[in-house]
Amino acid sequence: MKNIWIIAKKELASFFDSLIAYILIVIFLGLSGFFTWLSGADVFFTGQASIEPFFAIAYWTLFFFIPALTMKMIAEEKKVGTLEFLQTKAVTDWQILLGKFFACLILVLIALVCSLPYYITISQLGPVDHGAVWCGYLGILFLSAALIGIGLLASSVTNNQIVAFLLSLFIGVFFLIVFGQLSSTFSGWLGETFDYLNLATHYNSMIRGVIDTRDIIFFSSIAIFCLFLAEMVLSRRKITE
Amino acid sequence: MDIKVENLKKRYGSQHAVNDISFEVKTGEILGFLGPNGAGKTTTMKIITCYMAPSSGHVKLGNYSIHKDQEAIKRSIGYLPEHNPLYLDMPVIEYLQFSGTLQGVPKSSLRERIKAMVRMCGLDKEKHKKIGELSKGYRQRVGLAQAMIHDPEVLILDEPTTGLDPNQIVEIRELIKEIGRAKTVLLSTHILPEVEATCDRIIIINDGKIVANGSPEQLRKEASGKEISRLRIEEFIDQQSVFDQLKALPTVELVEVLEDGRFQVESKSDEFSRKNIFKLCVDNAWVLTEMTPIERDLEDVFRNVTIN
Repeated sequence: MKNIWIIAKKELASFFDSLIAYILIVIFLGLSGFFTWLSGADVFFTGQASIEPFFAIAYWTLFFFIPALTMKMIAEEKKVGTLEFLQTKAVTDWQILLGKFFACLILVLIALVCSLPYYITISQLGPVDHGAVWCGYLGILFLSAALIGIGLLASSVTNNQIVAFLLSLFIGVFFLIVFGQLSSTFSGWLGETFDYLNLATHYNSMIRGVIDTRDIIFFSSIAIFCLFLAEMVLSRRKITE
Repeated sequence: MDIKVENLKKRYGSQHAVNDISFEVKTGEILGFLGPNGAGKTTTMKIITCYMAPSSGHVKLGNYSIHKDQEAIKRSIGYLPEHNPLYLDMPVIEYLQFSGTLQGVPKSSLRERIKAMVRMCGLDKEKHKKIGELSKGYRQRVGLAQAMIHDPEVLILDEPTTGLDPNQIVEIRELIKEIGRAKTVLLSTHILPEVEATCDRIIIINDGKIVANGSPEQLRKEASGKEISRLRIEEFIDQQSVFDQLKALPTVELVEVLEDGRFQVESKSDEFSRKNIFKLCVDNAWVLTEMTPIERDLEDVFRNVTIN
């Protein structure tokens, strides 16, 4: 656990040192703020004290935001050789991956904390369903965990950051768009399967204030499965033949 | 802590990167690992550091096995990889801190260890700079400092003096020698004088196999085998007659006239010609102004055993 925290701390420091963190937080808050307050189905247009527009836009912002965060995590280390530095220290591949995973998740958490003034302001405008808001925030965190898992997997299979970014988006498109489309095309068990694989199904249920263990298991299993695959990729060097 | 490598093999597809090598390094010994590019030096080092697994064979560090005690082995080893990968956006101190905490240096002694490494590797002036701002020589020192931060019992250095200027090379050599008194050091390099100056023993590896193993003196002796002398003879009448008479000595196998007029005389195996040469000069009233024994240098040894 200590090693995971050491790596996470180092990654977080590097996010802030390289301005990546500031830029991404500003873009995240800017975009989500713009659509929450100024454009489309914003708070004033709907006339409701609801933070749902924020959650709706956060869903898409994170879709781009997270691959941009994760693309360098392993690909860059492979390219410059620092992964060898880490892997010859007294840490396991799992600890390296989890350290990087939690660093990204903490950065998302920081961005979400910075968005709390939106929630506080809206709650001053009228009655807000506080339970649904906290559920929504939890939904964003779980959605982020799944996207970070996908991003780290993409970053582990290449040493080119751009390839990692595009691959992460490509995998993400299936969970965010393709499965949703397929679920409405097919009926019966196939349609249901695609609907289950659609991230939006689970996310929407959480931002409406429903905490269902199936949703939590879904997001967690994507993250764990992707981290498991990424670990397999990293430990390929240990295959004896 | 001794390193014991037994029948180590590593295959990449059908190619053998390391082909059944065995050797041992004792505590307090500095072993130089020599070989042409692609000979299998780095692969062997990566297996010892638990970075990759062998196809077969075994490596033991003290009582630890690479198959079972990877974490303990990683803690006991200080490793400087071939291209010295560093986090360029990190300041030197932070990097050493990161490396030290990962290697389990207790918080209470981390500051002291960092101070000691900064002093030992001559990083005092540069310690607050980002690694990316340092020259190649200083980066190499940072690499060495991170390898030694946890005071490891075994040091594995893959080409530690690459990119350093002659003064820095001497400094690093002295540093390695000092460390090597109490620890086990395995270092690979292409610079042959460096191995001679630093190492107690040399292993030359070619095509994944050990082709020579011994102290620098031993290897030179084994490679030359025959006594070779270079002579400068003056006050003779006919060069050809000198050549013929030298060749006629019973212990001499080969005589060569060099461009500058000197003679190079090679004795037969297990024979020594210097007394006979001296006597011959006296008998003929030639003046012998130079008789230099020629020793094969490591470069010859290296070429001998690595060129098929």
